[in-house]
Amino acid sequence: MKTGNGDIELAGIVKSYDEGRTYAVNGINLKIPDGAYCCLLGPSGCGKSTILRMIAGHEDPTAGEIVIGGENVVGLAPVERRTAMMFQSYALFPHLSVRDNIAFALRVRGQSKAERYRKADEMIEKVRLTELADRLPGQLSGGQQQRVALARAAITEPRVLLLDEPLSALDEHLRIRMRSELRSMQQDLGITFIHVTHTQMEAIALADMVVVMDKGVIRQSGPAREIYSAPKDRYVAEFIGGQNVLSGKVGKVNGARATMLGASFSEIAIPLPSGRHLEAGQPLDIAIRRDDIELKPYAEKPMLAEDAASVEGTVSAIEYQGNYVKVMLDAAGEDEFVAFVPERKFFENNLTVGEKVLAVWQVTHTQVMA
Amino acid sequence: MKITRNAAGWLNVAPLLAILIPFFIVPICVILAVSFMQTDGFGGIFPDFTLDNYIGVFTSELTYRLYYETFKFTLLTLFFTAIIGFWIAYFLVFHVRSKILAMGLFLVCTVPFWTSNIIRMISWIPLLGKEGLINTGLEGAGVIDQPLTFLLFSPFSVVVAYVHQLTIFMIVPIFNSLSRIDKRLVEAALDAGASRFDILRLIILPMSKSGIALGAIFVVSIVMGDFFVVKVMSGGGTASVVGAFYEDVSVLQYPTAAASAIILTVVVMLLVAAILRVVDIRKEISL
Repeated sequence: MKTGNGDIELAGIVKSYDEGRTYAVNGINLKIPDGAYCCLLGPSGCGKSTILRMIAGHEDPTAGEIVIGGENVVGLAPVERRTAMMFQSYALFPHLSVRDNIAFALRVRGQSKAERYRKADEMIEKVRLTELADRLPGQLSGGQQQRVALARAAITEPRVLLLDEPLSALDEHLRIRMRSELRSMQQDLGITFIHVTHTQMEAIALADMVVVMDKGVIRQSGPAREIYSAPKDRYVAEFIGGQNVLSGKVGKVNGARATMLGASFSEIAIPLPSGRHLEAGQPLDIAIRRDDIELKPYAEKPMLAEDAASVEGTVSAIEYQGNYVKVMLDAAGEDEFVAFVPERKFFENNLTVGEKVLAVWQVTHTQVMA
Repeated sequence: MKITRNAAGWLNVAPLLAILIPFFIVPICVILAVSFMQTDGFGGIFPDFTLDNYIGVFTSELTYRLYYETFKFTLLTLFFTAIIGFWIAYFLVFHVRSKILAMGLFLVCTVPFWTSNIIRMISWIPLLGKEGLINTGLEGAGVIDQPLTFLLFSPFSVVVAYVHQLTIFMIVPIFNSLSRIDKRLVEAALDAGASRFDILRLIILPMSKSGIALGAIFVVSIVMGDFFVVKVMSGGGTASVVGAFYEDVSVLQYPTAAASAIILTVVVMLLVAAILRVVDIRKEISL
């Protein structure tokens, strides 16, 4: 059921209110390839939903172009864009049965009852709701409602499906299940999905392409792994999580290595990022993944390997997570400095709160940011 | 002292019962009883069982003519109040962006009710009368050379007065049910490619059915039970069901009037039941 031409290009999109006094979206440039699963990720009010609604045609940008399949769609009605939107909390028609909800788009296109019901029933089968086809939306569970919403959006064979916080109405358990259903549905349909969410785990688990937004601008976009393991700046690193961010100034730069100095830690070795020039004294943020950090007894400091960097700290709290243990440290003057210690390893040398430790990582695992 | 659940329930309905029993149930029972009694024709009532009052009403051709007239007014009023009421409520809910402005305009709809029914009816005379605004205006413009007589003291003016008086009873419940429609439903319908008319026909109208039904119950029961507006606005030219048994009362034919009243009550109840059968208004009254 590939419909093609679902590549999207946003060029200089601006959306302002109050005659330019407030900006919901402030200059977005983004290319989404056809058939990609793209997640727009950001806190509430960052403009991600506004972008979605502008792509859908429910709002017009103040400036900029929205190009779908090579055609500028600004000003076109949603149907003419061949996009379909799945609304937050689904917006199912409460007075229509599941079948009529799904067949609605075909009904307003003037298809006969027999024809549209045949197509709707095919779609109902695809989302496994055959037994519930005559129920009203109010009689369905959250997960079932989501499937109805998905089927209703997909029945017009759109080239782009836009999902506004599709999982936020579900409980934790169901969210994870429906997440994989969304992904398999996307692969099944082979069309572009744009999914708006504020949950980083959701974005990372689902997306081919994650776009991290803040206050109407894109902070970073790229594949999930890149966003997670190579955040560009402090905002992205902290929003995605799983990273310890340290701030400081560039110390010495020599050959393949440099050092960073901070207000509350002594010199740390950092790698020299390729294609970037570091100047001594220039302010710098670095990120180290929490699972790359190893905790060692403080006394081992002189015995550290050549390629290791470290900061010292005291254990402030310990949280057991099952497959790992989350150890929180007072270190490097940061609000949060956390090490994810593998469960077995943690219990080999039981740490206690208040103990002084050394947080050690490999220099090459450091992500040098802006 | 601990009040049981049951007692608490009765306490809750007590104020309602305190009004309904003495002012509604008891009078209805009295009228029901009187409708089966005999009279001496001078206001005296004898507790002798008879069906003559009912037979008299049912065999009179006048009864059927009056019901025909009253039904006609009811349907016309229902039709116009529903259209105008829906129109206004739709405008207030879907086109007025500011909630405060919508509330303000909503209150403006109630302004005519700040004055009495009689004044509202009389105020039609300078507008619709032979020398009224419309006739003089049309004559002045040369559209007509004789004043239009159907404007006042005619079935036309009766319907105008009813619509003027009762549209608010449509606006309120329709406004209420429309404002409960999630605006995203409209967007979802637009997204599916529905035209404005499709949205009205397939989404908004079905979802405001219960509001329209509630309004229809008000309008039907008020028009069916009215005699005053008909009397004043038709200039005495048209009678109504209630008008007829009001006449009976004034000539002291209490049992006949009682029988007519019971029949009308049953008819109105059947009409309301018919409306409720078509539309489930429970969700409109439950909050």
